[in-house]
Amino acid sequence: MTEQELLQKIMELDFYIIDLHLYLNTHPEDADAIGMYNDAVLQNRDLRAEYTQKYGMLTSNHCVSAVPWQWIDSPWPWQKAANFELREENV
Amino acid sequence: MWMYDKKLEYPILIKNPNPALAKLIVTQYGGPDGELGAAVRYLSQRFSMLTPQARATLNDIGTEELGHLEMVGTIVRQLIEGLSDREIEEGGFAPYYVDHGLAVYPMSAGGVPFSAATLQSLGDPITDLTENMAAEQKARSTYEYLIRMTDDPDVIGPLKFLREREIVHFQRFGESLGIVQDYLDQKRVFAPQTACES
Repeated sequence: MTEQELLQKIMELDFYIIDLHLYLNTHPEDADAIGMYNDAVLQNRDLRAEYTQKYGMLTSNHCVSAVPWQWIDSPWPWQKAANFELREENV
Repeated sequence: MWMYDKKLEYPILIKNPNPALAKLIVTQYGGPDGELGAAVRYLSQRFSMLTPQARATLNDIGTEELGHLEMVGTIVRQLIEGLSDREIEEGGFAPYYVDHGLAVYPMSAGGVPFSAATLQSLGDPITDLTENMAAEQKARSTYEYLIRMTDDPDVIGPLKFLREREIVHFQRFGESLGIVQDYLDQKRVFAPQTACES
């Protein structure tokens, strides 16, 4: 996977998790949804670890850095260089 | 406490600058039904909310709104980044430009700076949750009006995403309201403190 493909995969999973998270707040007894949530979080953990290792820090205070300090290195989310058009084939 | 994720909730890559459109979309940054007001409203109300479900809903939707604030700021900035003097004047952007340059400032489309007077935090859980359901509908309407003001697919994509989130949040606030109403309807028995009597 390229950096962009991996990032899109993480963004898709993050969104799926955010949406399930809100649903579970008002449906705390839904065991099936909790199973889906847990699976997604575990899969995301692996993808995020892979991203951090290959391309740099994604989350403040949760990623280790190489030298020099990597946090200031990659483009910021509002910059065009950090963004891409959604690729349907990955969805 | 919050952690910062160095990415948007939904990617934004706008190829064509459009200052006139930026002046409209900025209203969802700092206008009366914008994302800043939404985040402040929910994150303030959560301190006095009843029931674990409704507290979590306020906390987590308020958090997501901060991500939406970042998305709207990104749209505005990408629409005005690198404008020439001529583009600023011809796009009707000069009044904004002389006050804020090419920066992102929390204001309505009419130029009114952000005000907490557009939102409430009353402490009555029924009142606050009902306000939030209305707020989500107001934001949905505003996104629909904004979508009608452009034919740029780079802008419509994220606006449609944000509009859909208003619908989901409305649903979750409605469920929270039902849970709080059930809780308030329960008969509660307060037992005497017999431990102190012996």
